[in-house]
Amino acid sequence: MVARGFRTIGAANGKQDRFMAKKSVSAEKRGPSGGKNVLEAIRASAQDIHKKILARKKPTMKFPVRSLSNVRYHPQRGFFEIAGRKKERTLTVNTVKTFAQTLRMVSLSKELIENDDIATKREAYYVSKNWEEARFNEQPESDTVMDDVEAYFAVNREQLGFIPEEKGGDVAGRLVVIDHDRDTGKALRIDCTRFGSGAYSIPISVEQLEFETGADFILVIETAGMFQRLVKHNYWKKANCILISMGGVPTRACRRFIRRLADSKKIPVYVFVDGDPYGITNIYRTLKVGSGNAAHLNEFFCVPQASFLGITPQDIVDYRLPTHPLKDVDIKRARDAIKNDPFIRHHKEWIRAIELLLKMSVRAEQQALAKHGLNYVIDTYLPEKLRRPERFLP
Amino acid sequence: MIASFMDLGAPVSSSKSRSGGSPQLDFPDMESLPPEAKEEPVEPPETRKRETAESMARRQREISISEFFSKNRHLLGFDNPRKALLTTVKEAVDNSLDACEDAGILPSLKVEIIQIEEERFRVCVEDNGPGIVKAQIPKIFGKLLYGSKFHTLKQSRGQQGIGISAAGMYGLLTTGKSIAVTSRTGPGKPAHYYEIQIDTRKNAPQVITDRVVEWEPPHGTRVEIELAGTYKKGRHSVDDYIRQTAIANPHCEIVFSVPGEDGPLHLERGSSVLPPEPKAIKPHPYGVELGVLIRMMKESPVRQLGAFLQKEFSRVSSRVAQEICGEASLKTRANPRSIAAGEAERLYRAINSTKIMSPATNCLSPIGEEQILSGLKKEIDADFYTAVTRSPSVYRGNPFQVEAGLAYGGTLPGDELVELMRFANRVPLQYQQSACAISKAVLGIDWRSYGLSQSKGALPAGPVLLFVHIASAWVPFTSESKEAVAAYPEITRELRLALQECGRKLASHIRTHRRAAEEQKKRSYIEKYIPHIGIALREILGFSESAENRLVETLKDVLERSRTA
Ligand SMILES: Nc1ncnc2c1ncn2[C@@H]1O[C@H](COP(=O)(O)OP(=O)(O)OP(=O)(O)O)[C@@H](O)[C@H]1O
Ligand SMILES: [Mg+2]
Repeated sequence: MVARGFRTIGAANGKQDRFMAKKSVSAEKRGPSGGKNVLEAIRASAQDIHKKILARKKPTMKFPVRSLSNVRYHPQRGFFEIAGRKKERTLTVNTVKTFAQTLRMVSLSKELIENDDIATKREAYYVSKNWEEARFNEQPESDTVMDDVEAYFAVNREQLGFIPEEKGGDVAGRLVVIDHDRDTGKALRIDCTRFGSGAYSIPISVEQLEFETGADFILVIETAGMFQRLVKHNYWKKANCILISMGGVPTRACRRFIRRLADSKKIPVYVFVDGDPYGITNIYRTLKVGSGNAAHLNEFFCVPQASFLGITPQDIVDYRLPTHPLKDVDIKRARDAIKNDPFIRHHKEWIRAIELLLKMSVRAEQQALAKHGLNYVIDTYLPEKLRRPERFLP
Repeated sequence: MIASFMDLGAPVSSSKSRSGGSPQLDFPDMESLPPEAKEEPVEPPETRKRETAESMARRQREISISEFFSKNRHLLGFDNPRKALLTTVKEAVDNSLDACEDAGILPSLKVEIIQIEEERFRVCVEDNGPGIVKAQIPKIFGKLLYGSKFHTLKQSRGQQGIGISAAGMYGLLTTGKSIAVTSRTGPGKPAHYYEIQIDTRKNAPQVITDRVVEWEPPHGTRVEIELAGTYKKGRHSVDDYIRQTAIANPHCEIVFSVPGEDGPLHLERGSSVLPPEPKAIKPHPYGVELGVLIRMMKESPVRQLGAFLQKEFSRVSSRVAQEICGEASLKTRANPRSIAAGEAERLYRAINSTKIMSPATNCLSPIGEEQILSGLKKEIDADFYTAVTRSPSVYRGNPFQVEAGLAYGGTLPGDELVELMRFANRVPLQYQQSACAISKAVLGIDWRSYGLSQSKGALPAGPVLLFVHIASAWVPFTSESKEAVAAYPEITRELRLALQECGRKLASHIRTHRRAAEEQKKRSYIEKYIPHIGIALREILGFSESAENRLVETLKDVLERSRTA
């Protein structure tokens, strides 16, 4: 998987993409983003549109539909795959504005790649302010167009020169990350046991990283609070593991980091999140199989080997955890997942678990374990759970 | 309604309770009870001097109608200084318009409001009407309930014979000044100038001055009243009243001057066609009340019941008269004067259970769709106008006719509640909007289905002016100050139908208008955004500027074609 990197991304998606050049690109220069073949793809599509117009035909752009309803779950492959549905954007009076904005965004991307430059989503939004009538009024508009462009070319937005603003996640424990000095190119060994009460931050681009570790497993944690507690008490020493905090729904970089680490070192990934529909269906599901929004990228941004340590609905019963009632949004999310989420629907265990949650109509946070003592999670809960990893939810 | 006015026509006795039944007739408590009285401790009943029938009898006496109204001036629209000014102008202008139309003269009015002191004004209204015969002048301006319109059933602005003398009385009460009248009945005749005061105890005129004067107009009347009042623009203002009068009466011309403005405002004539002359009709039997019926039988010179019914009422043929009498088990030859109370009641019920033809409607003179449009266009700058005149209908034996007009867009404010103009017999109604059948009908319609926004229980919002007119030989006002129309089901129904028709026309206008706007928007979209496609493709592909221009032009052309196709 890792070896394939992004160079064959088009082929990996099952289509002999007209954009994707066969020859490999110097991945080092721009990390994973194969600048040159993206450039070619951009030119090819622009050429196509240009020709159509000169032939007095209305040009069309086809975008994969970016939603959960347009993904398939392949248990063998382990992630959400994009299903065939595409939306067509034909240039008409009604679409002319978005069409123009999309092309200008593509042009911006081309400029970024050519100049080996990058822009955050917000910066791209500000660049559009030079586009007069075609400018975006709000950032969500430009984000959507950017997501469309990304899906159109079936690439990761970093390959288009656009980088996310969000932080990747925090790491502590038995891991040495090998990065490279930007100026000298010299290898940098980053020892994640040596951050004291702090942590190593996952960078936005992780493709160049290499790893050394003797850890038995990776524990991926939802909340910064729980991560802090485990770091503070050097839990990684005791359990011989790597701790990673996601801080909510994991970013692409965080998913990719965990994936590469777990793949290359062949160690299991255990996920520890709040026992509520959001923790299960949004955070865990996205980490494990990806999202509906960027399905063309899920193959790389997912961690199929992840399993669910807790907090399970059964934990709420077994550990007599203090709970909160499910809110309407929770109930809706849980019901939606049972009905529409291809991953949840594939696993009877998950359907049962979510149904139990709905039946009890409660949720429990990770930190609810503190009811039995602040370090109960370290001394009792995690050790108990880790004794039977085969019982983790899929 | 008629009955309650008939009652007022005779002096009101103090022991008689108010039988009018309309809520506006309630006396304000301040009149009878000074505010400080409420603060004082109530004396124990034992120490109070008891009244005897005799002691009360000494204080029981006739109350003159003018005394009654001077104490209850709110009944006539003089409840506060601002409204008093408006009512005064209104009474004089209404009379002038009535007189001109009756005489078949296109009205030219001069209305002047002169500020004398902070809260004192002189109102002058001059018309080119037929003038008033010398002998009548004192009674018309110095006696309440004296007029030419009360006893005839036909559409007119005035109906009670109170209006102008009440205004004069109010002026006298608040300033001590007489009402001044100049009138000439024709070229070559002298112009008479009168100063008159009303003696409220006697309800009789007192002539202060009576002389012949030099006066230019060949015929007409000029009325001047000095009164305590306040002048303010905006809602309920005299300015509003004059503007609305001009809209509902496009055949009249008004020169209007107010304090604080340089020159007078000329409201031009929008049409030189006089409204058709309404014919006077006899009352219809369905509209008569029992008390009135009894009185009519007492006063009629006709000696046989059947003939009485035929003569005093409209639409009663001898066959119908027979039917009514038969139903009431009364002889057609019975003497109306000797009908007993019980018999009268039978007669009254028989009238209402007999099928009688609807009254003639030529007593009505609607403004007409064309004239409404010309009035609206003259005074309102809008994009779209429409008007509807319903055919005549009848409530309680009274013919009436409803008309509605609507102006939309243009300079009308788009984000406010619509402006509702109510008219009765071409007179703008400005107060008591919420009590009025017209407003209730407007509120009862779902204007959202006609393309306006409307929150629950509110007037619709949007750039709309609504014009609603009800014409009737007897407009059922909710009070003597003639500010709101009573909601008879027949009237409400006609109002609704007229408004809905306007609404439908508006909706179709808004629809086509929107289509045009969308069309416009699409065109501008092409102009705006296609150049950006050219820019982007040129940036990506690096072709020449002329190639870019060619591309943009081609694309514009392709889209234009597909749009119009
Ligand atoms: N400007 C005028 N020119 C000619 N006649 C007039 C004029 N003003 C008043 N009159 C006569 O005087 C009469 C009394 O007027 P007044 O305003 O008191 O009562 P009204 O108009 O009959 O009824 P309302 O009380 O409803 O106004 C009128 O009926 C009319 O015959
Ligand atoms: Mg009058």
